[in-house]
Amino acid sequence: MFATKSVADDLAGSAPIKGRSLWADARARFFRNRAAVAGLIVLIAVAAFAVIGPFIAPWNNEDIDWNVLGNVAEGGRPSLETGHWFGTDALGRDLFARTVQGTQISLLVGIVGALISVIVGTLYGAVAGYFGGRIDNVMMRIVDVLMSIPYMFVLILLLVVFGRSLFMLFVGIGLISWLDMARIARGQTLTLKGKAYIEAARATGVRPFTIILRHIIPNLLGVVIVYATLLVPSMIIYESFISFLGLGVQEPLTSWGALINDGAAEMTNGTLWMLTWPLFFFVITLFGFFFVGDGLRDALDPKDR
Amino acid sequence: MSVYILKRLLVAIPVLLILIVFTFVLMYAAPGSPFASERGVPPAVLANLQAQYGLDQPFHMQIWRYIVALVTEFDFGPSFIYRDQDVNSLIAQGFPVTLTYGFWSFLVAVIVGGALGILAAVRHNTWLDYLAVGISIGAQVLPNFVLAPILVLTFTLWLGWLPGGGWQGGQWQFVILPVIALSTSYMASIARIARASMLEVLTSNYIRTARAKGLSARRVILRHALKPALLPVISYLGPAFVGMITGSVVIDIYFSTGGIGQFFVASALNRDYGVMMGITILLGALTIFFNLLVDVLYAWIDPKIRY
Repeated sequence: MFATKSVADDLAGSAPIKGRSLWADARARFFRNRAAVAGLIVLIAVAAFAVIGPFIAPWNNEDIDWNVLGNVAEGGRPSLETGHWFGTDALGRDLFARTVQGTQISLLVGIVGALISVIVGTLYGAVAGYFGGRIDNVMMRIVDVLMSIPYMFVLILLLVVFGRSLFMLFVGIGLISWLDMARIARGQTLTLKGKAYIEAARATGVRPFTIILRHIIPNLLGVVIVYATLLVPSMIIYESFISFLGLGVQEPLTSWGALINDGAAEMTNGTLWMLTWPLFFFVITLFGFFFVGDGLRDALDPKDR
Repeated sequence: MSVYILKRLLVAIPVLLILIVFTFVLMYAAPGSPFASERGVPPAVLANLQAQYGLDQPFHMQIWRYIVALVTEFDFGPSFIYRDQDVNSLIAQGFPVTLTYGFWSFLVAVIVGGALGILAAVRHNTWLDYLAVGISIGAQVLPNFVLAPILVLTFTLWLGWLPGGGWQGGQWQFVILPVIALSTSYMASIARIARASMLEVLTSNYIRTARAKGLSARRVILRHALKPALLPVISYLGPAFVGMITGSVVIDIYFSTGGIGQFFVASALNRDYGVMMGITILLGALTIFFNLLVDVLYAWIDPKIRY
């Protein structure tokens, strides 16, 4: 009895032992992965480029440099003297400013698409998985049906019918992006459903939707974050695909896909910088997201521990 | 088995109907008449035009006539822009082209990707494995619309080996670049999937047993490991098919191959609703049919599937 007390006193006097949470473990694992850290640095650099770019660009993205118009192949070269660091496009607009703008739009589309998918897909999947039975059957059949449609054509149809705007693009991409996420969330929910703490919550009379929001969704987060990171690049690819066809964002707005398309069209004129700059940012960003996603998967996926 | 196929067909038909109704409603709701561009047309002429295309009918009659014509005679209706052509003749013109390079791309993606993935797993942690992994990571960031300009830049502008566009009735020089551009990213995905599943299979107990009883390495791989390792690849064929169908739009635009995607984008830019609707439905039907085929194939090969 006395001995216990003195041990307790000892413990109270010493510094509190820090617990290692699941997230701290995951963070440590993530930062040990060199490719993932490199990817993260690249992404931060690209994001900084998109945010700071407009303030340091000497030219506006809509202004035409009349000195180079008509002689873009010579005068529009990338150079420090003219202030066109990335050169100009075929119309004499500064490519640095346009690349900055394209980066902003492409990143925005990617992040908004991923956000929609996280919110809608996770809720949808968790509800289907938790309730199971007929509800699950109907809900997942709907996902199957939507998945078997060549949505890119439907998306283009939507854009043509309702006008090509950034908002419509978000709606269209949001409509399809959550399908995979719903499947993943459902699968995870099925394994969580049998856990004792869920049973305990149910036994104490917690309502189903509270269980989903308080107990299921927080435990899905690891998988959801991994998948969302991998979803951002595919959203960027979708948008660039549509913009490449000239059906996406409209001038004077631009995106990587539109810039790559413009650059590819001018390729034969020897103005390669119009293709290489947007392509460079497109490629490094996708690499960044893939490596970070892989790193997160290794850090958060319970399978590989 | 036949019950399973029948069941899947019963699901596929409503899906197709939903797609048709959805696209039709979208087109019907679209603002502006197809004849809005012709200013100064007398009302009587306009009424005649509308009657000619059946646009004076109420909505349910229009959609009914469309579906009936589609189902009974494969008639996709008229084009609103090209007066002398209907959607069927546009499809007949473009579809063989799309089918040709699509077929080759699919074959290249499956065979090269599958072989690369299997080889990489069998020769795990050798230069071949690293090469395969490198290719599949690189190809992730090179979707067809990025790869196409790079290919033309390299093989047409710098090396001058291959033409950068055109079709010429499908001579081989004109097919190579479109096929590479279309198949590469799917080839890489298939290689990645095949490698991962082959690695998993190779560490399983029954493969160890097969090795322990003294079978040759070739026999272990070909006879015991290959079939289960390729199952995940089969389930990826559906998405790969959808991706290639979608990608054909880029190929047609970039290489001017004259396939069906070219008409789709042209009709999207012209607001030629008849053509857009026809192509969407045709490709949707193809996709649904192909997914059905893949599912049946999967159920037939995998003994674990219950149906």
